[in-house]
Amino acid sequence: MVFKARAKVLDDDDISRITRRISHEILERSKGSRELALVGVRTRGVFLARRLADLIEEIEGGEVEVGELDTSLYRDDVATNRAPVVGSTKINFDLSSKRVVIVDDVLYTGRTTRAAMDALMDFGRPKVVQLAVLIDRGHRELPIRADYVGKNVPTSGNEKVKVSLVEVDGIDMVEIGEDVEK
Amino acid sequence: MKEPDNGHRHLLSVTQLDRGRIYDLLDSARSFSEVLSRPVKKVPALRGKTVANLFMEPSTRTRMSFELAAKRLSADVVNFSSGGSSISKGETLKDTGKTIVAMGVDAVVIRHKSAGVPLALTGWADCSVINAGDGMHEHPTQALLDLYTMREHFGKLEGLKVAIAGDVDHSRVARSNVHALKRVGADVLLVGPWSLMPVEMEELGVGITGSMDEALNWCDVMYLLRVQLERVRGSRFPSLQEYARRYGLTTSRWSGLQKKPLVMHPGPINRGVEIASEIADEVEVIIANQVSAGVAVRMAVLYDLLGGDNG
Repeated sequence: MVFKARAKVLDDDDISRITRRISHEILERSKGSRELALVGVRTRGVFLARRLADLIEEIEGGEVEVGELDTSLYRDDVATNRAPVVGSTKINFDLSSKRVVIVDDVLYTGRTTRAAMDALMDFGRPKVVQLAVLIDRGHRELPIRADYVGKNVPTSGNEKVKVSLVEVDGIDMVEIGEDVEK
Repeated sequence: MKEPDNGHRHLLSVTQLDRGRIYDLLDSARSFSEVLSRPVKKVPALRGKTVANLFMEPSTRTRMSFELAAKRLSADVVNFSSGGSSISKGETLKDTGKTIVAMGVDAVVIRHKSAGVPLALTGWADCSVINAGDGMHEHPTQALLDLYTMREHFGKLEGLKVAIAGDVDHSRVARSNVHALKRVGADVLLVGPWSLMPVEMEELGVGITGSMDEALNWCDVMYLLRVQLERVRGSRFPSLQEYARRYGLTTSRWSGLQKKPLVMHPGPINRGVEIASEIADEVEVIIANQVSAGVAVRMAVLYDLLGGDNG
């Protein structure tokens, strides 16, 4: 199966405006960056978390901790889509008393976020946990919502949302399309 | 080797793994070793699965390592040892295998004194089978954890020069390591008395030497096999003193080395035989690393075999 794009939802300028806006929103709600920590969900959430942290540091000064989370060991649906390699998790700071923002590229069923929260709790007891996503495409299967949303993109179940980031894909954009036979 | 097909995935021999799968397992093991360093050293990945340890040959370390690996993944573990089970009442392995599976087990980790028993078990048992050492055949998870240790130490495996010293012919650890090392592109040199060298391994592109000094000057890793004392009385084995003098890692050999290789050992060590006691003290950190890597590597294997819907 290969991804066939039907429309571009966001381009690089859009993404840079969104990350800037979300970093301001996070600062506004957390009243500064003092207790803030960002934890990205592998793979693309990690790069988004780093971008947000850089922007927050640029706006507010100070240093924002960034962690990386692989959720595969916490998933309830390993049977259906399992990566051959378990990715690494890096949280090299104390989570307790932190305001943690989980960062992911796409919010869909909510199962990844559920797994991310479970994983996070094994590292400590954060004061607050929030969720920031670049795209919310709907179709939740769990009672989860994002605190910061880049863009709401209504989709049908068989559509795919493809997020590309410079760090991994060489370009910043979000496309919507379908998986088709080669 | 072709994977036997009973609808489940197995790890019976290193030869069923290609280079890519070995690296996938080693990469995953690195992530599992991070799990082991957390305040909560447990993940829910195999919740609801059951692993049976069926050890028909004495083993403390490997059995504990597998047990801990399964528990860290939230699987349930049952232990069968030949002493305390119906095996000693004369039950056949086939019946034992069937009984265990009737209990709803998802995987059997088996150690047996005869080669090929894990493979045979895949025919009788409707579950995954993991070979934890079968006779003189293989011990695949030991080889994977050894590769893991080497890779973490040197940052790579390709082109690494690994000498394996001792009774290679009777060693399942050596056999699995040779296959695994050749698959990832390492160079292998076997060291020991000619009577204990498996000549057929030369076909795999493995060097053989009778000179410990030559091997020490050549290698990045000196992998010392445990001298199996029960074999010493056999006709192919020199006396212990002669063995230590000719093939042991003695203090005079060690101190004379310009470049000291990484010394590895599958344990338990016979001090004063394959390695001088003073050197064993010096290198015991690496041997301890091998042991802790064992849990992470076995977690990677269990998750790989059981983490899917066909586990």
